[in-house]
Amino acid sequence: MSLTDAQPDGAVPELSGAEIVIQALVDEGVELVFGYPGGAVLHIYDALFKQGSLKHILVRHEQAAAHAADGYARATGKCGVCLVTSGPGATNAVTGIATAYMDSIPMVVLTGQVPTPFIGSDAFQEVDTVGITRPCVKHNFLVKDVRDLALTIRKAFHIATTGRPGPVVVDIPKDVTDPNIKIPYVYPREIKLRSYNPVEKGHLGQIRKAVDLMLAAKRPVFYTGGGVVLGDGSAQLTELVKATGFPITSTLMGLGAFPMTDPQFLGMLGMHGTYEANMAMHETDVLIAIGARFDDRVTGKIEHFCPHAQIIHIDVDPASIAKNVKVDVPIVGQVASVLADMLRLYREQQPKSPANALNDWWTKIGEWRALNCLKYPANTTAIKPQFAVETLYKVTNGELYLASDVGQHQMFAAQFYPFDAPRRWINSGGLGTMGYGLPAAIGAQLAHPEAQVACISGDASILMCIQELATCQQYRLPIKVVLLNNGYMGMVRQWQELFYESRYSHSYVDALPDFVKLAESFGHVGMRIERPEDLEDAMREAFAMRDRFVFLDVIVDPTENVYPMIMAGKGHHEMQLSPSHSDRELA
Amino acid sequence: MRHIIAVLLENEAGALSRVAGLFSARGYNIESLTVAPTDDPTLSRMTLVTTGNDEIVEQIKKQLNKLIDTVKLVDLSEGDHIEREMLMVKVRAERPDREELKRLVDIFRAKIIDVTEVSYVIELTGASRKLDAFIAALPEGLIIEVVRSGPTGIARGSKGLTL
Repeated sequence: MSLTDAQPDGAVPELSGAEIVIQALVDEGVELVFGYPGGAVLHIYDALFKQGSLKHILVRHEQAAAHAADGYARATGKCGVCLVTSGPGATNAVTGIATAYMDSIPMVVLTGQVPTPFIGSDAFQEVDTVGITRPCVKHNFLVKDVRDLALTIRKAFHIATTGRPGPVVVDIPKDVTDPNIKIPYVYPREIKLRSYNPVEKGHLGQIRKAVDLMLAAKRPVFYTGGGVVLGDGSAQLTELVKATGFPITSTLMGLGAFPMTDPQFLGMLGMHGTYEANMAMHETDVLIAIGARFDDRVTGKIEHFCPHAQIIHIDVDPASIAKNVKVDVPIVGQVASVLADMLRLYREQQPKSPANALNDWWTKIGEWRALNCLKYPANTTAIKPQFAVETLYKVTNGELYLASDVGQHQMFAAQFYPFDAPRRWINSGGLGTMGYGLPAAIGAQLAHPEAQVACISGDASILMCIQELATCQQYRLPIKVVLLNNGYMGMVRQWQELFYESRYSHSYVDALPDFVKLAESFGHVGMRIERPEDLEDAMREAFAMRDRFVFLDVIVDPTENVYPMIMAGKGHHEMQLSPSHSDRELA
Repeated sequence: MRHIIAVLLENEAGALSRVAGLFSARGYNIESLTVAPTDDPTLSRMTLVTTGNDEIVEQIKKQLNKLIDTVKLVDLSEGDHIEREMLMVKVRAERPDREELKRLVDIFRAKIIDVTEVSYVIELTGASRKLDAFIAALPEGLIIEVVRSGPTGIARGSKGLTL
């Protein structure tokens, strides 16, 4: 049933603002809305109740609505949508909006607002939502007239999903959704904004310059980021990397855009990246950065960054180029389109370059690889967190949609769960939002009902959005939570150990709940695993329960740290390996 | 280096705060900012003066361009341009000082636009440096109040910053 179904051919339906909101989402092709009702959005919820095209997922906290919409967007490439009320509804969503903003996730957030005559009067549940969200959205709107509503929603989706994607907030005062005021409804199909024209194709002259550099390179490396995933450039990237035979490394956000089990893949780079990836960055003479933004966790000390390299940078956002690092060949354009052009030009020229030109480079990389930088101590009586992730990989054949929280478990997952496809690895990279994982997994599971979806988390992160266990029960979501429980805020503890002489200030999580009972109290299956020898069987058992939410409380070695590591103020070539590498610093 | 940047913005509520917010959020210098609607009521024109090295100013321009409300911008300092700022200054003007003040007004081609027994309001338009010079030339201790518009600018020649 659609709000516009009953209309005779050609007639324009008359809809209220609330109905326009719903119908615009339907016309936009939205399937799911994540939300939480409240006073200012009651008209919209009433319109939602009266229709059957749009599915609403009731979360238990507005932060989770935004994270779930974000997880849905990352897992599908579609725009995530959430709907929250004014005041606290909007402020609760802010963390989720900022999370999406930092990782450039397409999302439309509809927030209720107090009626227009009350705006500015400190009315009940009033906040300046447009003002509060301004620094963490791609754009936002306050709709003051019902006649602007449909066009504004169209603009919001257009802006959120094109160019460099990002969240867009549409703030809707309650009187704008008044069910008694009906106006003719037409949803604009095409939209053109004179002030917003994202670049599509890259400049061919620049691409040719880049290809010339690549053909002459002796020690090239691809450095790819989340932009490849967001721009659906995975296929083009893989083809280009294969055609060139160059090594490739990826940021945390780009994992899976190129198959991580492929021998050309050097592992993640940056603070907890692999030794071979970071050394390749340090030694490279031609760096091809694609959809990556030279984040401080990636570059290490900027003065030491790629000292020998000419840098090619492909990005859809001109402001990303030369923001942190000077670039020799900037190319602004959609990643997929630029890579396709680059591949074509590369192939035209390729025969001129000798096939074995990179042998020395790969030999060098082979030496770095031989260090086996991710080596970790064997399990003792305790389960090593690295072992837990490796086991998870084995049990799930590397095919998970894996949402992560933030901390050590996130880094272990990035190191030990190699993704061979994009959109499988769903984590908060830019903002680093603890509490992201579980609601993001909800979004991913709803997007892919038949797929195996898991959330890897820590005992501190999981408690930040633990209320979403109720949402998982309400919608019977068969997510598996893999909790690496070390009784600490592991990453905080690690830094306190390394940089604060082991003064563990408030990083110990006293009074943890019994997670098994907690899960069971929400109607889920809970399992606690304490011994390494039990882990694989328990995971197999859990993942065999295809229709149940299972909470795996995996008790891991409480003092394990994430290595290798680039300490603050160091460069890529100054990685610290784990103590199991005899604690030597490599210089 | 000092840059004067002219921006055409959608004349939407909040557009100004997006620009101001951008500068504070990213820690850019902003010396002055003026804005008013243009002959096209859907557009506002903003002139802002900022300082920074080439990389920072380049980044400022990119970030300004990235704002959805920004239609077009030009860095006027990259070419020949004219800058004008308006100053109004209220000065104590009692009998012994009135003649000297009047002479200064004439020298700087300023105007006295309000007169009382004991004060003048003087209006002066020109490049910011001329305004600085006028204020510096006023006899010490006479200034009651200074108000400046911040510079606006336009490129020389026939080309315009239009749609």
